[in-house]
Amino acid sequence: MDTVTAQRDLAEQRRHPHHHGHVDYERQIDYDLNRHSPSLEELQRIPGWGSDLDKKNRPAVPMERTPPRFIHVTAGQPVQQAQTVEVFCSPERPGITPLFGTAQPPKWLSGSMRRLAYKLPENDLRHWLMLLAADRVNMVEGIVDDLAHGHVPNVLGEMGIRAELRHNPAGLVRKALIATAVVGGILALRNRRRHY
Amino acid sequence: MLATNYRGPYRIRASQKPDPVIEHPGDAIVRVTRACICGSDLHLYHGLVPDTRIGHTFGHEFVGIVEEVGSAVETLKPGDRVLVPFNLFCGSCFFCQRELYSNCHNTNPEATAVGGIYGYSHTTGGYDGGQAEYVRVPMADVGPYKIPEDIVDDDAVLLTDALPTGYQAAEMGDIKQGDTVVVFGAGPVGIFAAKSAWLFGAGRVIVVDHVEYRLDFVRRYARCEIINFREVGDVALHIKKMTDWLGADVCIDAVGCEASGSLAQTITGRWTMLQAGAATALFWAINSVRKAGNVSIVGVYGPTFNAVPIGNALNKGITMRMNQAAVKRHVPHLIEHIRQGHLNPKEIITHRVPLEEVSDAYHIFSSKYDNCIKTVLIPPRAGSARATATSVIH
Ligand SMILES: [Zn+2]
Ligand SMILES: [Zn+2]
Repeated sequence: MDTVTAQRDLAEQRRHPHHHGHVDYERQIDYDLNRHSPSLEELQRIPGWGSDLDKKNRPAVPMERTPPRFIHVTAGQPVQQAQTVEVFCSPERPGITPLFGTAQPPKWLSGSMRRLAYKLPENDLRHWLMLLAADRVNMVEGIVDDLAHGHVPNVLGEMGIRAELRHNPAGLVRKALIATAVVGGILALRNRRRHY
Repeated sequence: MLATNYRGPYRIRASQKPDPVIEHPGDAIVRVTRACICGSDLHLYHGLVPDTRIGHTFGHEFVGIVEEVGSAVETLKPGDRVLVPFNLFCGSCFFCQRELYSNCHNTNPEATAVGGIYGYSHTTGGYDGGQAEYVRVPMADVGPYKIPEDIVDDDAVLLTDALPTGYQAAEMGDIKQGDTVVVFGAGPVGIFAAKSAWLFGAGRVIVVDHVEYRLDFVRRYARCEIINFREVGDVALHIKKMTDWLGADVCIDAVGCEASGSLAQTITGRWTMLQAGAATALFWAINSVRKAGNVSIVGVYGPTFNAVPIGNALNKGITMRMNQAAVKRHVPHLIEHIRQGHLNPKEIITHRVPLEEVSDAYHIFSSKYDNCIKTVLIPPRAGSARATATSVIH
């Protein structure tokens, strides 16, 4: 704090020894920032302003509402879906759910990894780390599977290189130059090693 | 049918897959006419969600026409135009009975923390999603909502997730008249949260992001103040200065696990995955809200753990509320807001892309090229909607 302000505050304190409030509150405020709300008239020009102020108009107040609205409720549990493929089940529940997805049943090495992961509860960190590891293995399996089906994956196309070309050609050139420099550097290093 | 097909981090393509079939008497098959790409699809696309299998079809925001129904379906028939909430829910379990549709206990065998979600990995039930020509819609009497005549598909598709999620974010903030509300994230959900905050009587709405075109958009669209966090130094400090040094009454995290803005969070959360994503926005929300204020979270995080200043939350006496949106409980109310002109969801759609160009559409959305805010994918068999699709690469 500068001396001028300090002297002013000391003088103020001497004048009002019992003053406990802020003597120079406004000094603390940064006037560059607009910190004032618009007036009520200005707010009311915003479409719908305040129309849900009454909590009765809020769909999620109260947070839990029984019975549920807007759905066709049938009595009892849903009929059990027939299980036609392998579906994993969290150990934190008694068994499979009445409804489940049957997309991409587990297979190959990643499938075995996932099978192991689902032996552990969701509470166990290893459950999630094993699943993430399986995802990375599955990615390699995907390439092998593509090739096995006679399909050479257009990796750059799948990554959206055409959009990159159209919307960020400079960035694409930069990335290509960096990649060339890295590959060139590695090759140069290997050549040097071979010479000695 | 043509469907998106995930091949690994940053790799996705459209390819032929078998058509979905009825697997349960309560199922329907829906022919998709529009499917959005969501910010949370990017977490899948970037390989951050555990048990995302190769070949998976993404897409949890879609509308379409009922093509076929199972023997037990009573309320839907082929030809009905429906919007399908992103939550898969049974309607009868402990949680559905309490209208907590996103927490359904009967639709996701793989994890108990969350109910089923279309096209969102096997951590949410292993259902293929709607970025495809056809999709299997279980519990067809419970989930889908018949779109009223006067509501157009472009508005309806935003009622499947983005708008109800933004609205519920504002609602969970328990905004009181005149409150200062800070929304972190100017993506579709943040935009709708800002817009909804006014409906609850907010006195000031401030949106924080670093993507200039999105801040520009939200300033005009939601008539709010904006902060570019790259320009203000410390965000929490800046917000305190803007709020008489108290902090905001309500802070909303509409960002989730891929936040920018903190090197430490980015390294531990996104590069090395030592935590379940970068919790930068939530960190800022807790530190920017006033004592005894409310923090509302709708940004998505992974299932393990995140570095957030929970000690500050305790000392400040903050109330935190969070959930995936229970979409269907909001839909009728939000339709009324659309009818009255309070909300115009379709105005945030910037791209209408043929499904064949899904690789490029994801790349553009993920890289925030071309002033992209919301992308809608339109499958070849979408009928008249197909004519509105424009290529993003030619
Ligand atoms: Zn979404
Ligand atoms: Zn349920």
